[in-house]
Amino acid sequence: MRIERITETTGKDVQEEIDLSRLDPLIAKYKGKKGNLIPLLQGTQNMFGYLPYVAFEKISRETGLELSDMYGVATFYAQFRLKPVGKIIIKICHGTACHVQNANTISDSLEESLKIKDGETTEDGLFTLESVACLGCCSLAPVMMVGENTHGKLTGTEAVRIVKNVRMEEVKNSN
Amino acid sequence: MEKTKVIVGLGSCGVAAGAGKVYEKIRAMQQSENLDFELKKTSCVGMCYREPLVEIIDETGSYLYGEINEERAIEIIDKHINQGSPVRDYIIQSDLFETSDKSFTESQVKIVLRNCGYIDPENIDDYEARQGYRAIKKIAGQRISRYDVIQTILSSGIRGRGGGGFPTGLKWKFANDSKSSEKYIICNADEGDPGAFMDRSVLEGDPHSVIEGMIIAAYAIEGTGGIIYCRAEYPLAIKRLNIALDQARTKGYLGKNILGIDGFSFDVYIKEGAGAFVCGEETALIASVEGERGMPRKRPPFPAASGLWRKPTNINNVETFANIPWIILNGAGEYAKYGTEKSKGTKVFALAGKIKRSGLVEVPMGITIHDIIFKLGGGIQNDRKFKAVQMGGPSGGCIPEYMAETIVDYDSVNATGAIMGSGGMVVMDEDTCMVDVAKFFLDFTQKESCGKCTFCRMGTKRMLEILERIAEGKGQDGDIERLEDLAYEIKDNSLCGLGQTAPNPVLTTIRYFRDEYEAHIRDKKCPAKVCKALLTYEVIADKCTGCTVCAKNCPVNCIDGERKQIHFIRQADCIKCGMCYTKCKFEAIKLS
Repeated sequence: MRIERITETTGKDVQEEIDLSRLDPLIAKYKGKKGNLIPLLQGTQNMFGYLPYVAFEKISRETGLELSDMYGVATFYAQFRLKPVGKIIIKICHGTACHVQNANTISDSLEESLKIKDGETTEDGLFTLESVACLGCCSLAPVMMVGENTHGKLTGTEAVRIVKNVRMEEVKNSN
Repeated sequence: MEKTKVIVGLGSCGVAAGAGKVYEKIRAMQQSENLDFELKKTSCVGMCYREPLVEIIDETGSYLYGEINEERAIEIIDKHINQGSPVRDYIIQSDLFETSDKSFTESQVKIVLRNCGYIDPENIDDYEARQGYRAIKKIAGQRISRYDVIQTILSSGIRGRGGGGFPTGLKWKFANDSKSSEKYIICNADEGDPGAFMDRSVLEGDPHSVIEGMIIAAYAIEGTGGIIYCRAEYPLAIKRLNIALDQARTKGYLGKNILGIDGFSFDVYIKEGAGAFVCGEETALIASVEGERGMPRKRPPFPAASGLWRKPTNINNVETFANIPWIILNGAGEYAKYGTEKSKGTKVFALAGKIKRSGLVEVPMGITIHDIIFKLGGGIQNDRKFKAVQMGGPSGGCIPEYMAETIVDYDSVNATGAIMGSGGMVVMDEDTCMVDVAKFFLDFTQKESCGKCTFCRMGTKRMLEILERIAEGKGQDGDIERLEDLAYEIKDNSLCGLGQTAPNPVLTTIRYFRDEYEAHIRDKKCPAKVCKALLTYEVIADKCTGCTVCAKNCPVNCIDGERKQIHFIRQADCIKCGMCYTKCKFEAIKLS
């Protein structure tokens, strides 16, 4: 069982950036429809990258869904995040095929290189490291996804090199 | 004369291997050099081990090129298209001459994968050109009654391809027997087994066949609404399904009074799963579609009587639906020709792990595991020794090398303690530790347990703890028996398939590899050299150059030695992180 505790209010720096009015069309679309809870949460997460506490409150207020039900669902499924994430998510596949092809080495190397643990975000807010069950590219094991791009047949060194290149690109683009 | 075709495989695995760039390169060449050929996209043909794939079909025949990167793409377009001379070095399959990859394809029978790798999945005309939507047209044209449709599926003998193996025709019959003005057809595309990718490939490569299967099911049981419950981790599959659904609506295969069948109205929408393995279980899946936590409930009532929104619901897997149009078109007898007495037809397997040719194969039931791995799969990578094959993912088990002559059908595989499952086959060699594999699966099911049944929630956790301590060299006498006791308790006292099967990976590894468990517990050794805590790292004196890299990188400073002197690891302080092993450029650290 996945157990995740909800942080009451995340830091105020995060809250300032949230424009809750963006939720209005989503709420209008799903309000009153049966089975709307998961699509509402998925839509919210697509907007903000995670589920902000204040968004829960707004959706509950405007749709009549119980906060407790929303939390129940949000903490049940692997997809939902309750904390903000980095700009780019690195998903390291830990499916069976990747596991027997040493996916742990990929995780270890990236954790060491980025100085974060699984599920954490780098200090500059660029990368979040995430272990996932299976990306379905088993023939290319071990595999990771950096943003939208999938990389296969990795070694620890290769994974670190790819992520370093992405960081360099990002730094270049932001200048 | 037909125009020469250049077809690029753009399934998820192809794209991951770089097929997107290859496609762009060829398109750019075609435009800049004004070349006369038709450039097409297709999806996975199953030869994932050779991705990216480019096929050229000209007036002489078909040539499949493998492992094509941008440079090679330039070369083959230049030589094959411009100069008319195929590049033999990169050709992996052709209808003109034999290649070493022939054994991968020759034992296959393609029913489910009949169109994968041959059609552009985003183009309904391609599907229709290969008998697509002909099955539902046959039903409409010949006015075949729904009872006859159900009878055909029953006598074909097809069983649920999601893993359970329940006869599909019977399921349809039960759903048909329940009377209601509202009935649902659900396609389970929540491929949760980590290590399986059959459903993804079918959805990406031939989405219309699944949709047609659902339409036929809806006709048979008077279904009024359809839902495809697809993993959110498969964005490409979802995209192609959406395109396919729109095209099917435009052509009148979905909507009101489909193909003029009076009163037959049916539409399908996609529901993205939110990531929970337990949602592969029917009642949990239904709860998830309803927007709840995906927790299973007691059966009966079965979904066929009371499912989604308490209406009769029929749930089948992607692969099952993809079989349906073929069965209707070719007849139950033709389908039942393949397979064994109790398992008819073909089965798609996803080969992965330490196998030479990983990819997707479709074989008639009754073929041996050995043939799949060695004939089709080409054997073990680096010619290592074959140790076991894992079937059925977290609900399945490991079948050892000496049982490789087991045939694949539901009952024979069940007899080994594994299950057929959805078709994942992960091959393991002598470097795979079976305790580690059992631990891996238990870790997975322990996290994925929904928490409803105590035995599943707590029992899997306790089993995992025991496995963890065995892997750390802290195993105790009696641990194997404790694992077995817990395993049977969990199997007996869990409501749904997840709990009832979760101990299988542990039970089968104990059954076939008990000596490996004992080596961990008694001798504190990991024979496959995987469990880190049981290994020792040592410096090979002859190879050490005294470069100090290991000492500098050691997180606990347990490596001593002056510059240009042989280094030494203080075993008492070593935490076995393996850093020295990975950092040494001279391969001077050995594992034992």
